[in-house]
Formats: sequence, structure tokens, C-alpha cells
Amino acid sequence: MSLFRGRRILAGAMALIAASALAACGSKTSDNTSGTGVSADVSGDTVKVGLLNSLSGTMAISEVTVRDSIMLAVEEINAAGGVLGKKIVPVGEDGASDWPTFAEKAEKLISEDRVAAVFGCWTSASRKAVKPVFEKNKALLFYPVQYEGLEQSPYIFYTGATTNQQIVPGLDYLKAQGKKSVYLVGSDYVFPRTANKIIKAYAKANGMTVLGEDYAPLGSTEFGTIVNKVKSAKADAVFNTLNGDSNVAFFKEYTSAGLNAASMPVVSVSIAEEEVKGIGTQYLKDQLTAWNYYQTTPGGVNAKFVAAYKAKYGADKPTSDPMEAAYVAVYLWKAMVTKAGSFEVEKVRAAADGITYEAPEGLVTVDGPTQHIAKTARIGKVGADGLITEVWNSGQPIKPDPYLKSYPWATGLS
Amino acid sequence: MTTVTGATNATDEPAAPPQPPAPRRTGGRARTALGFAAGAALLFGVAPLVLSDFRLALLAKYLCVAMVAVGIGIAWGRGGMLTLGQGVFFGLGGYAMAMHLKLADAGPGALPDFMQLYGQLDELPWWWRPFASPWFALPATVLLPMAVAFGLGSLVFRRRVRGAYFAILSQALAAAMVILLVGQQGTTGGTNGLTDIQGFFGYDLDDPVNQRTVYLLIAAALLALLAGARQLIRSRYGELLVAVRDGEERVRFLGYDPATVKVVAYVVAAGMAGLAGALFVPAVGIISPALIGIVPSIEFVIGVAVGGRATLLGPVLGAVAVAWARTALSERFPGTWTYLQGLLFVLVVAFLPGGLASLWALARNRRAEPDRPPRWRRVLPSGRGRTRTEVPAA
Repeated sequence: MSLFRGRRILAGAMALIAASALAACGSKTSDNTSGTGVSADVSGDTVKVGLLNSLSGTMAISEVTVRDSIMLAVEEINAAGGVLGKKIVPVGEDGASDWPTFAEKAEKLISEDRVAAVFGCWTSASRKAVKPVFEKNKALLFYPVQYEGLEQSPYIFYTGATTNQQIVPGLDYLKAQGKKSVYLVGSDYVFPRTANKIIKAYAKANGMTVLGEDYAPLGSTEFGTIVNKVKSAKADAVFNTLNGDSNVAFFKEYTSAGLNAASMPVVSVSIAEEEVKGIGTQYLKDQLTAWNYYQTTPGGVNAKFVAAYKAKYGADKPTSDPMEAAYVAVYLWKAMVTKAGSFEVEKVRAAADGITYEAPEGLVTVDGPTQHIAKTARIGKVGADGLITEVWNSGQPIKPDPYLKSYPWATGLS
Repeated sequence: MTTVTGATNATDEPAAPPQPPAPRRTGGRARTALGFAAGAALLFGVAPLVLSDFRLALLAKYLCVAMVAVGIGIAWGRGGMLTLGQGVFFGLGGYAMAMHLKLADAGPGALPDFMQLYGQLDELPWWWRPFASPWFALPATVLLPMAVAFGLGSLVFRRRVRGAYFAILSQALAAAMVILLVGQQGTTGGTNGLTDIQGFFGYDLDDPVNQRTVYLLIAAALLALLAGARQLIRSRYGELLVAVRDGEERVRFLGYDPATVKVVAYVVAAGMAGLAGALFVPAVGIISPALIGIVPSIEFVIGVAVGGRATLLGPVLGAVAVAWARTALSERFPGTWTYLQGLLFVLVVAFLPGGLASLWALARNRRAEPDRPPRWRRVLPSGRGRTRTEVPAA
């Protein structure tokens, strides 16, 4: 008896499952009706913005400084009266150095917290993971880190450098210094691989030879083999796209192999003031970096930014390029919203073109069509005090060109 | 052999009070059916009504993890194989599905977006081509992981590799797979993985209605897997599997081949992980090496351990609870949630070695017969709260 009843219930349950699974069918891909978008909640006298950075995991060491910098900008803006008369309420989420978590948290910030904009992401992989989320919901992301280019989402503003504002000027500098050959060392992920592809195309067109190309897994600390290969290749310079902890091991190995800035200079694109502290200046002395901002960049705006940052977080905390780009992002968003007179995403986007801001790195201008910003490229040299001093700059802001369309040698890259 | 029967009977549903064997079986069956009905009502009725679109999508993600957990429950809980590399099978299923969906998004003859960006390929690599057909890709999401598990399992178990060595091997496999995927950026998307998946067999995944359908599909799949797992556990084979776990040599002397028994459980677990990966892709819209490496593989096992590995429902409850706690804690305490999560694991392992599934039975037992040993001691073999084949440190 009970057996019979049991079966009936089971059958009933299965029928229910089948029915409900078949019942719901939404729009087809061909309908093109997707993405109604969630509008931000600005009903009160506050406006929420999302802060999406890794507070745990391998990227936390870098991304926490970006979070701090965004908080500084938010506090400054609130102290000065907010945006359109509304105070900014930051909502923080932890991306946990895990790309799908970034996507989950982005969705939460947009649809649950109904933020007006999100500031954050560091790695390209995390940006690629959240990109569809922002595009689907028609929400705004401000991405503050230099990256590999070849992207242009209508719902992302890129306030870090694209390749023609960092890597290409770095190569131009090496060429001007008479370097004829380079060796490429990078972490094994999208940014280094794409950057190196661009470097190889540049080298081919400019009479430079690439003597080798090696990748280490993210977080790897084994550089004996790579440094030996670099040493025996006798390149004029090394182009380094290693990320995070790997730099510590690489430069220690590099120094102990008897190589230094005089014998074989290294140009790094992921080592900023914060990282110099971690690696140790004795290993990095006189090595080169390519960025758009240094703590030592002259100007009153930067002096004010550095002073405010140190006052809030401690005198021993350096400021770096991604931190500055994140700080600038908040101010640019404020300027766009003020110009648009609205928090509505489409109006903010429409207002973006041509907005200028006197940033710590100098004057920046938003380029509407690409949603990148024009920035000045700066090559720096690591000093004994751990700070980076500029040895060359591009003289004026470089217009962003994420697909390198204005460079003949780059055709076929994208 | 007393251990064997004892363990199996005790782990059916954490319900049936000790009774003579025959009536108990049928009672258990009705109870299970009721349990299934309740589960279905919860997943199909209550959850979609109560939860927002966003939360429902999260639940869909948790249920995918739970599917992997059902498989681990069989392989580890019943079979004693500490599978620390399930991410590989989850990944194979996920990538197979994502490859098909990316090709479908790109349209016939066109390359997926990332290949044009990073690969500079003129045409599709040969190993991508079969995935254009759903008739190949869909079965592949399950059969591919099963085939890999069969190959590996046959080699490993015939050579009588077990315990820590098997666990290390599983981990190495997960690490190798990640390195392979990351290195082949042009054809696999590298660290980015396969992202930005727009459609699911012609349905637009951005549409909340379709997202809901995907959720229902996942819930149905989970219930079906649970029903299958229950059948398997209660079959003769299920008894044999537990026997192999508790005394592999004895089973061998009885004339069975323990290697075959283990391979079957391993292959079944791999198939479940593959299906979970395949359904994860439309639910979350991304599959990447970050989801299938060593850390996520360990996280799968943690969910199972927290829930109670030797029970049917324990792994599911544990997986959902751990994933839910992760979301809830990280939203509430973005700066310190990892410590809280760690604390939670420590507390469960220290005070509830039978997992969450033993909680209810424990309370029930205490009330009925205060002198009896707590139920989790009976749920786990040998009455010691610890399997003999388990790695001591795990």
C-alpha cells in the first residue's frame, strides 16, 4: 500500500517538473528585445555607486589600494556637496580574485543595490567576465587599470591606459635609446600575451629583433630557467609584463645572475610604487617603468592628491597609476553626470565626449567614441628611495586608440 | 559484512527509526517519494515565487555545484575515493557546452569573438568543429568527462593506487588542465575563459524568462540525479561499493574486482560533474580556468564534507549551504568574510563530523534515546566517525 502511494507521489512530482520546465519560454535570440536595463535608484537625497575590487585572493594586495583611492574621491566629492546635490553612498563588494564572482557581484550591485555606476575590476579576465553583465543591464563600469586594448564596450569607461598610451611609448623610448633587440617575459594570461603580440608587430616594423618570449604561470616564483635564457640571449633590453608576486622572484633571480639596469635594462608595465615596495629597491634600482602617472609627477593637483591620500591612509602609503586612474574615474563620472544633469546611463554616456579634468597626472580628456581617455605617457626610473622619477614623457596627452588603427604596423592585429 | 548493511540502511533517508528490515524498506520508499515531492515543491514552486531574478540565478548556480556534490557523495562518501579533481570533469562539461554556444552565437562559418582577437586564426581549429553540432556537443558534455574518468580510473585503480596518492593525482590533473587551457589562449580564451554567451539553443539568455527556464532545467536535472543516485546506492552495486570502501581486500577475496567497482563510481561522479558544468554555462554565462582548477575542486569537496559525505542529501545540502554562505557572508562583510567562512568549516568539522545531514538525526536521537551513540557515528562506517580509506589529514 505504502509502496503504491510512494510511486504515485514520485510520478506526480516528476510530472510537475516536466510541466513547469516546459511552461516557461522567453524571447528568442533573433527577437532583439533583450536588455531593458535597470535604472539606478536616485529617489532619495543619496545616490549609490558600486565598488567592485578583490579584497581577498591573489589580487587583493593591488586592488585594495584602488578601493582606498576610490573611497578618497567619494569622500572628497561628498564633502564638496555631492553629485547633483546628492551624497554618494558607496556599496562595496569583494570580487575575491575570482572572475565569475566578479560577474555575480556586478549583477548584485546593478539589480539589487541599483547603483548609478560601478568602479573597479583589475585583471582583464575579470573585466571580460563582467562586460556582458553591464551590457545586458545597460549599466556603467569605470575600469581604472592599463590593459591590452582591443576592446570598446559601450557600457565601460576605460580610465587606465590602452596600449598606444603605455606599451607603444615604452617601445618608442627603447628605440630612441638605440636598443635593437628585446626579450619578452610575461605572466601567462591575456594581457601579457596580447601585449607581446603587439610588441612583436612593432619590432618587426621598426627593425628590432625579439630574441625570445617566455611566460610563467600567474603567481609562479621559479625564474631560474627564464633568467638564464634571457642572459644568454644577450638582448639590449627586456620587456616585462609579469604580474604580482612573480616580479619579486624574477628580479631577485635577475640580480643574482649578475644582470642589472646598466647591462640589460628591464621595462616593466605592471610595476608601480606599491610593487616597488614589495620587490625591494635594491633589485629594481634604475630599472624602467612605463605608466601615465607617478607619485612624483609634478603639479599642484598631484601634491594635493598625495597629501590627502597619505593623511587618510598613512604616510608610508605610496600612490600609483591605477590608484590615480580610479580616483580620476570618480571625478570624471561626477563631471559627466553634472553635464548631463541626470544619472541616467544613456544621458551620462552622451555627455561624456570632450569632458576634461585636471587630474594628478595632468589634463585628461574623455574621448566619446572610444570611451577611453587621452593621457600623457611617462617613462620612469626606479630610484633608491623606492619612488619612480620620470625620465621621459610624451609632451602632450595621447589620444586613445584601443584598436591601434592609426598605426600601419598594427593592421591585422585586431 | 555487518558494517556494510549497517552503513547502507542507516544512510537511506535520515529518517527511518530502527525497525525490522522488510517494512522499513517500503516505509523508506514512501518517505523518499515524499521527500522528493517536497524538494520539487520547494525548487519549482516556492523558490521562483520568493526569490528575485538575481537570487534565482544564484540558486541555479548553487544547484549546479550541488550536482557535482551528488557525484562526490557517491565516489567519496560511498566509495572512499577522495576525488580532489572534480573540477576537471566540471570543466570538460562546461567547455563542451560553452564551445557549442559560442559557435552558435557566432553563426555558421564565423569564428567566436575571442579567436579573432587573440588567435588570429583564419578558420576554426579541427577540434572545435564537431562542437558546432548540438548532436555532438550535448552528449559530449557528459560522455567526454566519463570517458576521461574511465581511462584514468582504469589505469589508477587497476594499479591499486588509492588514498593520498589518488587525491594527489586528481589534483595534478586539475592543475594540468588549467595550464593547458591558459596556454592555448587563441583557441580556448586563456584565463578569460569563454565569456559573453548570448543564446541557449536559440533562446536569448538575457531575457529573465529564459533565465528562469534554465533554472527550472537545472532543478529538474538535480532531482533526476538524486533519484538516480538513490537507486544506485540502494542497488547491489551500491552495497558492493561500500564494501570496497570498508574492506577492499576482503571484497577481492570474495571474488569481485574492486577496481571495476571503483571505476564505475568514479565514472558516474564524472558524468554528474560534466552535466553540472554544462548547465552552469547557460546559468552563469561563463566558464573559465578559475572555475576548474585545484581551489574550486577542493571547494566542491568541502561542500560535501560540510553536508555529510556518506548520505544522499547531505552533499546537496552542504554544497548549497556553503555556496549560499559564501554569497551571504561576502555581501554582508566584504572585508572579513573569508575568515568567517573558514571558521564555519572548522566548527562543522570539529563539532559535526557527520555533516549537516547528521544534525537532524542527532537531535532526534538525543530526544528519543539519550544513551544511544549519536546518529552520525552510525552513518559513517566502523562507528568511529571516520572512514578507514580516508586520508587522515583530509
